[in-house]
Amino acid sequence: MRALLIRDLMLAIRAGGGFGLGLAFFLIVTVLVPFGVGPQTELLSRIAPGILWIGALLACLLSLDRILALDWEDGSLDLLATAPLPMEGIVTIKALAHWITTGLPLVLAAPVLGVLLSLPIPAYQWVVISLAVGTPALSVIGTFGAALTVGIKRGGLLMSLLVLPLYVPTLIFGAEVARRGAEGLTVQSPLLLLAGISFGVMALLPFASAAVLRINLR
Amino acid sequence: MSLWEYANPVKFIRTTDKVLPWVWTLAGLCLVSGLVWGFFFTPNDFRQGSTVKIIYIHVPSALMAINAWLMMLVASLIWIVRRHHVSALAARAAAPVGAAMTVIALATGAFWGQPMWGTWWAWDPRLTSFLILFLFYLGYMALWEAIEDDDTAADLTSILCLVGSVFAILSRYAVNFWNQGLHQGATLSLDKEENISDVFWFPLLVCIAGFVLLFIALVFLRTQTEIRARRTRALLAREGQA
Amino acid sequence: MILSVRDLAVTRGGLAILEGVSFDLAAGEALVLRGPNGIGKTTLLRSVAGLQPPEQGTVTGAEDQIAYAGHSDGLKAMLSVTENLRFWASVFGLTDIESALVAFDLTELRSRMAGALSAGQKRRLGLARLMVTGRPIWVLDEPTVSLDAASVALFAEAVRTHLQQGGSALMATHIDLGLEEARVLDLTPFKAAPRARQMDEAFL
Repeated sequence: MRALLIRDLMLAIRAGGGFGLGLAFFLIVTVLVPFGVGPQTELLSRIAPGILWIGALLACLLSLDRILALDWEDGSLDLLATAPLPMEGIVTIKALAHWITTGLPLVLAAPVLGVLLSLPIPAYQWVVISLAVGTPALSVIGTFGAALTVGIKRGGLLMSLLVLPLYVPTLIFGAEVARRGAEGLTVQSPLLLLAGISFGVMALLPFASAAVLRINLR
Repeated sequence: MSLWEYANPVKFIRTTDKVLPWVWTLAGLCLVSGLVWGFFFTPNDFRQGSTVKIIYIHVPSALMAINAWLMMLVASLIWIVRRHHVSALAARAAAPVGAAMTVIALATGAFWGQPMWGTWWAWDPRLTSFLILFLFYLGYMALWEAIEDDDTAADLTSILCLVGSVFAILSRYAVNFWNQGLHQGATLSLDKEENISDVFWFPLLVCIAGFVLLFIALVFLRTQTEIRARRTRALLAREGQA
Repeated sequence: MILSVRDLAVTRGGLAILEGVSFDLAAGEALVLRGPNGIGKTTLLRSVAGLQPPEQGTVTGAEDQIAYAGHSDGLKAMLSVTENLRFWASVFGLTDIESALVAFDLTELRSRMAGALSAGQKRRLGLARLMVTGRPIWVLDEPTVSLDAASVALFAEAVRTHLQQGGSALMATHIDLGLEEARVLDLTPFKAAPRARQMDEAFL
């Protein structure tokens, strides 16, 4: 399992598009928003937590089809399926690698981009915390979507259609933590609910992803 | 003789062929009488005027939008556990009907909301939940269409239906948490004082029965079509032409 | 006897293609499957490897014993030859990759990126992967595609060594490998009569 994780991380670094692309996309979205809604600081600082969450979510979505599609194309998935690794373990590692290469950089970049959107000072810590708690859920749910559509040619658009509705609860609670943090309100209940979703999907969804992947491989 | 015998496709078609005319007739009777009764023979509401009458389409379609998904969930579970083809195909057949019901509920809701709330759309929890439900229907149908092998598609969509149901419930709570709404509370709860009065209630009941029957008729018909399409492919395969 | 296949029926794309296939594979034995294109060699091998459930019949002795090599090699273009091999070795819980490099004459290419290999060299690397799995049964689908005569000889030698060590091999191939001791099973007689899958029979 560790070998698989190391391989995936190594590939993400060498092949490019792993660390860099998601981050660049996040940056572009954040830069485009002020062009769209106008440069007023007051307006920007009000919508900043939500924009950061949406940007992170889209950047995550963009890189989902790399999770399994490449291994599917070059036959690695067939070989991994016959290896002594449980399929549940494989999809968990894949999601973890995706989080490390996409989710984690987004969490770290969010405060920097917050400056561009005049994010209120008290919100910084809550944006980072909510993203840190919520992005693992995005990766795990995304892996499920990737497993569903792995056998389909040009399945990227379909995968977005399947994954986005599943992202709704995570987005609502995550953005709510950030918004309440920005307004200086108590964040405890949405944060606990967000953590609940993250841990829940991490514990249960790999079984569904593995089942789906086995069906797709046969 | 068990219920599972009807899971045989041939038997299903034979039985539903007999039942369908009756279901159609009853559905038509209920719908026509319920709607005519509701539209022309009930008083206007003292606050809402005649717009209240949209309830005779809005509430039944909203009910069926949710019930159709529940039916798909049950059918998916039956497919996963017992692998009856009719079950998987019935789930597939129900999805577009459920999606249509969702659209009807959303559209009539907008028509009703405009005079009442002064807006076609508000990000009210109930409205938002229905919009999300519609997205789930879209994804489910798109996945069915995208996969060529019938059994693979049935397997994948039924797992999507299970996972989607969990997330739909999560979304419902999340949306409630996110925004307090304009939408009135449940109209039909049996324990509340402020239920609608019997004058509106009886025609509404007839309309709901009509929508349920209409849904059953449509799902039977569409399931028959799916079965026949599968049968055609199986026959071609037997002739060695596929 | 380490692998036993009984009365296997397989389907592809909703059509029955093979039925009633039975064979045994003992330790130290090689079995070559033959038959025209489309007879179902690949599907049969995938069923034996456990990637695809057979429509009927049983495969015994395959669980965690099989190293499968399909049409694609499962190589990562951005990893070097040794990194690719070492990855697969550690997935199967082993560490030694040297003998595999030597057996397939890859020692000089060891630090080359897999993406920079020729088709034949990639294939050799894909086959070298079998040696680092430590699994006794090799299930090979067209193993010699894009190999030149010298490489085919290397491959035959590797299979022979594997057999001598008590392993066994199940191969689908068209060309002569020079493995005189290998048994041959022609799949043509097992071709299924045109029919739909049994699952679809209910619709008729």
